[in-house]
Amino acid sequence: MSTAQSLHQSRKRKNAVMMALCVIAAGIGLAWLALILGALLYKGLSGVSLAVFTQMTPPPGDAGGLLNAIYGSIVMTIIGIVVGTPIGVLAGTYMAEYGRFSKLTTVVRFINDILLSAPSIIVGLFVYELMVRPMGHFSAIAGAVALSILVIPVVVRTTEDMLNLVPNALREAGTAIGAPRWVVIRSVAYRAALSGIVTGILLAIARISGETAPLLFTALNNQFWSSNLNAPMASLPVTIFQFALSPYEEWQQLAWTGALIITLTVLGLSIIARSLTGRREDR
Amino acid sequence: MSAVSEAATSPAMRTREATVRRFAFTDMVFRAATRASAILVLVLLGGVAISLIAGSWEALSKFGISFLTTESWNPVTENFGALAPIYGTIVTSAIAIIIAVPIGIGIAVFLTELCPRPLRRPIGIAVELLAGIPSIIYGIWGLFVFAPFLQTTIQPFIIWLFKGIPGLNSLFAGPPYGIGLLTSSLILAIMVLPFITSITKDVFDTVPAVLKESAYGIGCTTWEVTRRVTIPYTRVGIMGGVMLGLGRALGETMAVTFVIGNAHRISASLFAPGTTISATIANEFTEADGAIYTSSLVALGLILFIITFIILALARYMLLRIDSRTGA
Repeated sequence: MSTAQSLHQSRKRKNAVMMALCVIAAGIGLAWLALILGALLYKGLSGVSLAVFTQMTPPPGDAGGLLNAIYGSIVMTIIGIVVGTPIGVLAGTYMAEYGRFSKLTTVVRFINDILLSAPSIIVGLFVYELMVRPMGHFSAIAGAVALSILVIPVVVRTTEDMLNLVPNALREAGTAIGAPRWVVIRSVAYRAALSGIVTGILLAIARISGETAPLLFTALNNQFWSSNLNAPMASLPVTIFQFALSPYEEWQQLAWTGALIITLTVLGLSIIARSLTGRREDR
Repeated sequence: MSAVSEAATSPAMRTREATVRRFAFTDMVFRAATRASAILVLVLLGGVAISLIAGSWEALSKFGISFLTTESWNPVTENFGALAPIYGTIVTSAIAIIIAVPIGIGIAVFLTELCPRPLRRPIGIAVELLAGIPSIIYGIWGLFVFAPFLQTTIQPFIIWLFKGIPGLNSLFAGPPYGIGLLTSSLILAIMVLPFITSITKDVFDTVPAVLKESAYGIGCTTWEVTRRVTIPYTRVGIMGGVMLGLGRALGETMAVTFVIGNAHRISASLFAPGTTISATIANEFTEADGAIYTSSLVALGLILFIITFIILALARYMLLRIDSRTGA
C-alpha cells in the first residue's frame, strides 16, 4: 500500500515538474516576443518624426529621413506582388481544379513547399545570375523579380488550400446550369475562396516587405531619390542593414526607426490576414 | 409545325453552337494558363539549380573537391575554401535546434493540454507572430541589445564557471566578444521556435481524443499521456517540424550576418566569431571583385541550396506521412 502510494506521489511529482517546465517554456516564448517588441518600441519610437517620412537618407553624420527607402520598398513590393500573384493564383488553380489528381500536381506541391522555405539569399543569387549579370548592373526591377519569386510559393500554397475547401456541390451546381469549367472556377470557386486567397496575398506582402537578403545584390541600395526601375534603388530593409552596421549614431537611430516601421507593417498585415480567415471559419 | 420550330431554333442553334465553341476555347486557354503557371513553379526551382551550378562552375573546376575541405578564404591570393562557413552553418543550426526543440515541444504541450481555453488562441497567435517578424529585426535586436547583454553578463560568468573543466573551458573560451557562434545560435533558436511550435501543436491536435482519453481513463497523468501517447503517435510529424526549422536555420541570413562576426576560421570556442554560408554571401558578394571570388561565393550558395533542399525534402516527406495517416 505504501509503495503504491509513494509511486503515485512520485508520478504526481514528475507530472508537476514537467508541466511546470512546459509553462516556463511558454513563458520564455512570450517573454521573448515582448522583449523584442519592447526594445523596438523603445529605441524606434524616439526617432519617429515627420522628417523620417519626408527627407532622404542622409550622408554619414547628418540628420535625415527614410523617404527614398520607404518609396523603394513600396515600389518593389508592389511590382513583386503584381508579377507574382497572378502566377501563384493560376498555379494554385491548376492544382486544385484542373489537375487535382494529376501527377504534375503532386510534384508541383512538393517543389512549391521546398521553394516556400528555401533560403531567400539563394533567390537573390539566382536573380543575380539571371538578370543582374546579363544586364551588367544592379536594378530595381531585378529586386522586384527576386521578391516576386518569393511571393509565388506563398500564394500557390494558400490558393490551393482555399480552393480545396470549396465544396464540390457548388461547382457541380455551376456545371449543371451549363457553365463551362473556367466560368465555374471564376464565378463560383474564386468567389467562395476569395477571403482565403486575399489572406495569402497579404501574407506574401508581409513576407517580402521585410526581406533583405534577396535585395542585397539585385536592387542594391541608393543614397538618393530614384524612381528609375533600371537603376539601383534603396529599400527599407537594406538601408536598415547598412545603417545598423555603421558607426554613426544618426544612422543607427534611423535603422531602429526603420525596423519599427517594418515590424508594425508586417504585424499589421499578419493580423489583418488572420482576422480575414478567422471570420471565414466562424461562418 | 416542324418547319416553324426549325425556322425558330436554327439561328438560335447556330449562336448556341458558337457560344459553346467560344466557351470551349476560353476554357482551353484558361486551363493552359493555369498549367503553364504550375509548370513555372518547377522551372523556377530548376532555374535556381542550373544558374547556381553555372555560376559556381569556375570555382568548382579550379578548386575541385578541395573547395569543401579547405579552411582558407583569401581574396588576395584568390584561394577559397568553404570549410569554415560550412562548419559555422552546421554548428549554429545544430545548437539552435537543440535549444529550440524542447522549448517548442513544451509550448505545444502547454497550448494543447494546460492552457485555459480563452488564452489558447491569443497565445498561439502571439507565438506565430514571432514567425512573421522579419529576420533583419532579430539581427538589429541581436546586435544592439542581445549581444551586449551576453558580453557583459552571461559570457563572463560561463567563462568563469567552466575555467577549470577540461573540454568545456576550450568550448567556452574567452574573450567575451558578445557576437559569435553562440550568439548566432541563440538568435536562430528564437527564430525557429515559432515554426517548431506551430507544427508540433498542429500534429498534437491530430491525436484522436479516444487514445488520450483511454490513457487518462486508466489513471495516467498529463505528462504520461504526453510522453507515452501523444509524442509517440506524432513522432514523424514532430520530426518533420524539426527538419523544417532546421531548414530555416541553415538558410537564415540577415539575423546571423549581424551577430556572427564574419571571421573565416574554425575556432574551438563557441564565443569566438565565425561565419556561415549565408552570412558570407551577404557580407561579401557586392564587394567581391574578380570572377573567381564571385564564383566561389555562388559555389557556397550551391552548397547551401543542396543542404537545405535535402533537409526540406525530408521534412516534407515526413509531414506528408502524418498527413496521409490522418487522412486515412
